Amino acid sequence: MIKDNITYPSEEKISTREGFGEGLVEAGKKNSNVVALCADVTESTRVHWFKEAFPDRFIEVGVSEQNLATVASGLAASGKIPFMSAYAVFSPGRNWEQIRTTICYNNVPVKIAGHHAGLLTGPDGATHQALEDIALMRVLPNMTVLIPADYCEAKQATIAAAMHPGPVYIRFQRTNTPVFTMPGLLFEIGKSHVVREGSDVTIVSCGPLVYSAIDAAEALAQQEISVEVINASSIKPFDVDTLITSVQKTGAVVTLEDHQIAGGLGSLVCETVSEHYPVPVKRIGVKDEFGQSGTPDQLYEKYGLSVDAIILAVQSIVR
Amino acid sequence: MEAVNFTESQLTQKATQIRIDTIKSLVSAGSGHSAGSLGMIDVMTALYFGDVLTYDVSKPLWSERDRVVLSNGHICPGYYAVLAHAGYFSPTELGELRKLGSKLQGHPHRESLSGLETSSGPLGSGLSQSCGMAYTALLNKSSWNVFCLTSDGEHQEGNTWEAVLFAAKYQLGNLIQIVDRNNIQIDGFTEDVMPLDSLNEKYQSFGWHVQDIDGHNFEAIIDAVNEAKSNYQKPSIIIAHTIPGKGVEFMEELPEWHGKSPSLGETVEALYELRTLAGAIESDHD
Ligand SMILES: Cc1ncc(C[n+]2csc(CCOP(=O)(O)OP(=O)(O)O)c2C)c(N)n1
Ligand SMILES: [Mg+2]
Repeated sequence: MIKDNITYPSEEKISTREGFGEGLVEAGKKNSNVVALCADVTESTRVHWFKEAFPDRFIEVGVSEQNLATVASGLAASGKIPFMSAYAVFSPGRNWEQIRTTICYNNVPVKIAGHHAGLLTGPDGATHQALEDIALMRVLPNMTVLIPADYCEAKQATIAAAMHPGPVYIRFQRTNTPVFTMPGLLFEIGKSHVVREGSDVTIVSCGPLVYSAIDAAEALAQQEISVEVINASSIKPFDVDTLITSVQKTGAVVTLEDHQIAGGLGSLVCETVSEHYPVPVKRIGVKDEFGQSGTPDQLYEKYGLSVDAIILAVQSIVR
Repeated sequence: MEAVNFTESQLTQKATQIRIDTIKSLVSAGSGHSAGSLGMIDVMTALYFGDVLTYDVSKPLWSERDRVVLSNGHICPGYYAVLAHAGYFSPTELGELRKLGSKLQGHPHRESLSGLETSSGPLGSGLSQSCGMAYTALLNKSSWNVFCLTSDGEHQEGNTWEAVLFAAKYQLGNLIQIVDRNNIQIDGFTEDVMPLDSLNEKYQSFGWHVQDIDGHNFEAIIDAVNEAKSNYQKPSIIIAHTIPGKGVEFMEELPEWHGKSPSLGETVEALYELRTLAGAIESDHD
């Protein structure tokens, strides 16, 4: 049963980066300490709206992601709330240790926007498809990790990040994806949402793939398989209660993410259920390989992240 | 291997044909980087057809070949077209750029295409890899050179300057960097985004042998490479002043063409201009 906290079917597609760009302007209006930094990808990470609204609170560092992170750290140590924006493969990919020491160990409120995440990045190919960022960010003490499922959540997560006292990583995508969460709903850090109720199996997903999970669940309902879907947009802190309550009812979990199979949401769910309430788990993700050029749809087909692949995975775990 | 030694006018013809194939490849892909690709085609054509680079397409892994490292991997549409014309694969395959399963990945993938020395796209890491290769040649007392193609934008990456120090320390005289000094990057002109001038003075003070040239003058490119090769004491940099989008007037000098591919209409216009240049169409203008 689709819950009333989402709109299904979705009526439009907008990218999560769009939500980030708008949320950043809102955050800037609410708090004059909010500043934005970018590393030569201002328009494609949608920071240009902030730049237009607050020109003297926008900082261009050029192509230098390590500098991006460390300048942001200095700003945060001096009372600013910096949002640093770049492609996720480079930030937090290239500047990971700078983030670890100067942002997390210092525990200063830098907000890291990682863009062009996942296979959804498409034709640019493997070098630009961030498939490891969730793992990289989850392991850092003091870091909060958020993965909005759509444009609305992306906007709200950005506003919530600005108000959160510590470091935050937020993951965004380039492609237009279904808008289905409620506009204006405040983003609660540490909370997952059941978006469809079911009793045979739980699918836990994050990012735009949550919508594919609902599509798969609707198709499976025709086969008398009742699927519960959880949108785990707060990866860290993680909402253990919502997951465990669900698996106590369903007894099986499928995880689904546009990320390497190791270290991301699938690992997080395995860690959580094995400690609290062990049940069979099936993980869907990129299976320890690099992506390649192609359209997002072709890549989801090829790497086993399509709705059909989700349906097969669910069938295999309930039978 | 056969010596490839083109005359100046043959080089011009070759470069124009490569530009035409680059445009066709970009339009078929529907995305990709036009400006830097077109801007560096003269330099890359001079390298592969001007009798300065040692290579053998039938033996891409020949141990004595010169190494070419494309550090600014996003200009691969131009580089792929050069490799195709050099004989590494058929130019008819250029239409596969950025397609699923293609050896012509959106950014170069070493394991997908012979002729590539490394995977690239992430900026600022080609020069260090080139240092590693040049150091190997010195250790092995081999006579091959390393040509590292870089962009001005990636001189904002710290990794580039770490390599600049390293190359000077180890006197990598077999390392020749050619930088595409086209003054643009994604967010605008380099001097507005993060000023780089004077690259010449910076490199001199870091202990490199420095030459500034017109990156569209074949004689100048070839002379500069030969001079760099004859210098054994210091790493060399050739600062190639280029026009981004060179050859397609509506793309020239404009940062907005950094990461865009032409539409069908724009392709028709671009190909008309390039074919006119190649003498295949009578010019309207004169
Ligand atoms: C490490 C890294 N950061 C960011 C990018 C995104 N990016 C791709 S090209 C580019 C612009 C760099 O300027 P330049 O290489 O001079 O571009 P061109 O002259 O070819 O337009 C940027 C920032 C990247 N590829 N790698
Ligand atoms: Mg440039």
